[in-house]
Amino acid sequence: MTPHAPFLRRPGTQLTLRYIVAIALTLFFIFPVYWLFIISFKTPDEIFAFPPVWYPESIQFANYRVLFKDGDAETVWNSLILAGVSTVIAMVLGTICAYSLVRFKTGGENLAVWIISQRMMPPIAIAFPIFLLYVFFGWVDSFHGLIILYTAFSLPYVIWMMRGYIEDLPLELEESALVDGCTRWEVLWKVVFPMVRSGLFATAVFTFVFAWNDFLFALVLTRTEVITYTVQVTHYFGGQSNFWAKIAAMSVLGTIPVFFTVATLQRYLVRGISMGAVKG
Amino acid sequence: MADLKITNLHKHYGGVQAVRGIDLEVASGEFTVLVGPSGCGKSTLLRTIAGLETPDGGTLEIAGKVVNYVRPRDRDIAMVFQNYALYPYMNVFENIAFGLRARKTPQAEVETRVKRAAGMLGITQLLDRLPRQLSGGQRQRVAIGRAIVRNARLFLFDEPLSNLDAQLRDEMRSEIKRLHQELGTTMIYVTHDQIEAMTLADRIVLLRDGRIEQVGTPLDLYERPATRFVAGFLGSPQMNFIPAQLAQSGGGWAVKVGDGTSLALPARARDGLSDGRAIVLGLRPQHLTRANGSSRPGHQRLGVTVELVQPTGSRAYITFPLGGVPTVAELESHDVQRPGEQIDVDVDMNRAVLIDPETNRVI
Repeated sequence: MTPHAPFLRRPGTQLTLRYIVAIALTLFFIFPVYWLFIISFKTPDEIFAFPPVWYPESIQFANYRVLFKDGDAETVWNSLILAGVSTVIAMVLGTICAYSLVRFKTGGENLAVWIISQRMMPPIAIAFPIFLLYVFFGWVDSFHGLIILYTAFSLPYVIWMMRGYIEDLPLELEESALVDGCTRWEVLWKVVFPMVRSGLFATAVFTFVFAWNDFLFALVLTRTEVITYTVQVTHYFGGQSNFWAKIAAMSVLGTIPVFFTVATLQRYLVRGISMGAVKG
Repeated sequence: MADLKITNLHKHYGGVQAVRGIDLEVASGEFTVLVGPSGCGKSTLLRTIAGLETPDGGTLEIAGKVVNYVRPRDRDIAMVFQNYALYPYMNVFENIAFGLRARKTPQAEVETRVKRAAGMLGITQLLDRLPRQLSGGQRQRVAIGRAIVRNARLFLFDEPLSNLDAQLRDEMRSEIKRLHQELGTTMIYVTHDQIEAMTLADRIVLLRDGRIEQVGTPLDLYERPATRFVAGFLGSPQMNFIPAQLAQSGGGWAVKVGDGTSLALPARARDGLSDGRAIVLGLRPQHLTRANGSSRPGHQRLGVTVELVQPTGSRAYITFPLGGVPTVAELESHDVQRPGEQIDVDVDMNRAVLIDPETNRVI
C-alpha cells in the first residue's frame, strides 16, 4: 500500500484550497461592481432598506430613464468624444514622433527621457496656469480645449510606449520597403503601423482610459456646455442628500464604454503589453 | 556600359572608417561578389549602393547617373536581405507583390508577374501562406521572389544564405546561380563565405579594412593572389605559409626553409629575387600530394613524418612539420593511414607563391 501524503499536501486538497482563495478574492473585488450595478436598478425604497436588499425583486430602468430624460446621459457622449478624439490624435502624432526618435535619433539620447518626464508632473500643479491660459484663449468649456489638453497629456506616454515597440522592429523590414519603392511616410503606414498594431491598441486603451477618467481638468475647464460624465456624477452629491440611484446609474453608463473597449481589444492588450517587455 | 560605377567612395560611422576609397565598375549582366572578413566594409558598400547609407565622399553612378543623394526607391534596384525581411502580416503573394503595389502596378500585371516569379522559384503552392508557416529555405525563396518580380536594373544580395543550414545553403546557391543565368541581370552579392564567392561570382571583389584587396575572376584570385591576405582567404584548408630564404643554386633559385630543406624554384621571370632575401613561401594543401613514380618538372619530393590525420571522406588532411611550421596537405584518403607514418610528399613548386614578409605582397 502506498503511503498517503499528509492531508494538506495532497493534490486534491491543494487544488481545492486554491479555488477557495481564488473565489474569495474574486468575490471581494467583484462585489462593489455588483453593488453599483444593482443599486442602479433599485427603487429608492430598496436602496435605503435595512437589512440591505441583495438583489432587487424586479429590474427597473427608472433611474436610467431619468438620466436620459434630463439630458444628463449626454455627458457620457461628451466624454466619449473627448477621450476618443484625443486618443486618435495622440496615437497618430505620438507614433510619428516615436518613429522619428528611434530611426532618426531626433533630439539625441535625452529627448525621449525629457518627454516622458513631462508625464511625471502632478497635473494639479499646472491646473491653474492652464485655466488662465484657456480663459485668455477663450477655450474654456469647449470640446477643442479639452481635446488639445488630453492630447498633450497623453502624448508623452504614447511616445514613450511606441518608441519601445518601434525599437523592437527589425530595421530590414523598413529598408526592404524603401528599396521596393516606398517613401518614409509609406513605410510608416504600410510597415510600421501594421507591425506595431498590438502595441498601438494597448497604448490606445490606456490613453483612452486616462482621458475617460479625467476629473480634475474636466472640473476646472468646463462649465455648462461640455460637462463630462465624471463631473456630472459629482453633481448628485448634495449638501443634504446624495442621489444614490443617479450616481449608480451614471457610473454604470460611464463604465460600459470602457468595458467594451477593453473587452474587444483584450487580445491585443495582452500581446501588446508583453510585446514591449520581452525582447526576442 | 557599366551598370554601376563607384569612384573613390568613402563612408565612416563616427570615428570608424568603414569604406575608404573604393573604385569599382560592374558591367551589365555581371555577377559580382563582394567578399571579405566581418568588418571589411562589404555590407556598408552594398548598403551605400542601395541608398540605405549616404556616402561621405566619392561618387556612385548607376547606369551613368550619379545617385549619391537619390532615394533608394528611385535607384531601380532590388535587394535581398539576410533575415529575409518578409512582412509577417502579409501572405506570400502580397509579400512578393509589395514592390509592385508600391509602384502602383495594375492588378492584372501584378498577378501575372507574381505568378511567374513564384513559378521560377517553385513556390506557387505557397502563395496563400503566411511567412511564419514557411521553412527557412522557403522564406528565402519568397525574399528572392520579391526581388526578381520587380525587373530591377541591379540586384543586391546581403548575405542571403547565412541563416540557412549547410544543405539548404548549397541548394539555394545553385538556385541563385541558375536565376542569374536565366535573368541575366547585374547582381552584386555580399558574403563572408569564400565557397559562395568562388562558386557564384563572375568576378570577386575581395575587401579588407574598407579597401579593395584584389579584384578578378575566382580563378585569378585563387591562382594569382596579389597579397598574402588574398592567398590565405581563398581556398580551404587555408594556404600554408612557411618562413623561408631565397638562395641561388646552380643556374636558378631555390627556397630554403628553416630546417634546411631546399626547394628549387622553376625558372620563371620574377622581379626582386636576391640571394639571402627573407620571404614567406605559400603552398596550397591541394598542391602537396603523395609522391608516386617519377617527378614532373617543377615538382619536388619531400620526405615527411605525418603528425595528424583528418579524414573527410574521399580526402584526408594531414599535418606535418615543414621548416618548423605545421603544414597541411590534402591527400587521397587511402594515401595515408595513421600518424607517425613516414611518407614522400610531392610539392608542386610551379604553383608556389612567394610573399614579401614586409609588404605582404606576392613577388
